[in-house]
Amino acid sequence: MTELLRLDDVACIRGDRLLFEGLSLALNRGEALWLRGPNGAGKSSLIRLAAGLLRPAAGTALRRERVALIDEAAALDAELPLRRALDFWARVDTVDGHSVDRAMDVMALAPLAEVPVAMLSTGQRKRAAMVRVIASGAPIWLLDEPANGMDEAAQARLVAAIARHRANGGAVMLASHFALGVPDLAELDMGALA
Amino acid sequence: MTALLALFWRDLRRAWGSGALWLPVLFFLLVATAFPFAVGPDAPLLSRAGGGMVWVAALLAALLPIDRLVRPDKDAGVLDQLAVRGFADEVIAAVKIGAHAIGFGLPLLIALLPAAALLAQDAARVETLAAGIAIAVPALASLAVLSAALTANHKGGSAIGGLLVLPLAVPLLIFGAGMLDPSGRGAVKLLAATSLLLTVIGPFAAGAALRGLRE
Repeated sequence: MTELLRLDDVACIRGDRLLFEGLSLALNRGEALWLRGPNGAGKSSLIRLAAGLLRPAAGTALRRERVALIDEAAALDAELPLRRALDFWARVDTVDGHSVDRAMDVMALAPLAEVPVAMLSTGQRKRAAMVRVIASGAPIWLLDEPANGMDEAAQARLVAAIARHRANGGAVMLASHFALGVPDLAELDMGALA
Repeated sequence: MTALLALFWRDLRRAWGSGALWLPVLFFLLVATAFPFAVGPDAPLLSRAGGGMVWVAALLAALLPIDRLVRPDKDAGVLDQLAVRGFADEVIAAVKIGAHAIGFGLPLLIALLPAAALLAQDAARVETLAAGIAIAVPALASLAVLSAALTANHKGGSAIGGLLVLPLAVPLLIFGAGMLDPSGRGAVKLLAATSLLLTVIGPFAAGAALRGLRE
């Protein structure tokens, strides 16, 4: 089975507003899908729906593998040093410390391991969230504006990490209001759905 | 299992970190200290009314940390991350209840000794109080996590949370304080039954409330 994620005829209602309906898509191993569109088009809602955090108003969402998610909240304990905050999620994901080491190298965060999360900048926190995603080993990545606040070097690392993940048989759904420069990217224009 | 232990320790660390361990304890002792000032230093009167006062103070101490039981995790996205990993909300709630029971129950039982001394309780009554509170702690933790989950979306939720929980905790108060009455021999069984009921319902009710936070 190469299919990792499948949405069938889903509809999403937030408040009183219908964001989209009749949306079907499938995400196979090695694929990446860019959700684009203006603010409020439903990019984040579609990510949350795919993650199972929102129930679709109609249709079904099916995940065949484990999911790793980035959204606007970093979910790292602000009072802890970065490394210990990441180690908590490594224990929850039951992966060993080496995966965290490697992922921290990928996002160039190793020098900040002992810095409390509260002291990190927005971009550094996004990189830390990306470390959690990489270290989790989950095949399905759902990334909601992962590059917000990242500088160009960090964005390049993010793009490289996505490429490596796809080469290893993972799939990525990426919500972003600007193009990140990920090669070979399918596009879904959420603005055209409304 | 490793994952659930990690969750449990995280909650406990956050409960006890930065001196927060002593907050319910200090509150509890403060009430015990204030009470003799209010009713006067008459030892027989203190001894008679003090047991009930200990129960009221314990109840309020359990509600003190409602603010930080669920809301910070929701705001930080921790609950979403756990849901994405497929943890059932009921399991998360159960872990939180367990951690809160240990987190505030243990210090409370230790603080009971000086509090009981301040309120002129003799050894036998201290034993009864300790047994009663130990039985009630899981139920109090259940109620605290439930109201924390119910009010996590509201500003100033802890005040509403307290109002929600207090009526539900009344049976614990009645049977717990009833244990101190020499004629109330069945009280401990009723207290245990009430506590068991609340402890069993707690994770399901709180889990449903956690699920509601996502919608």
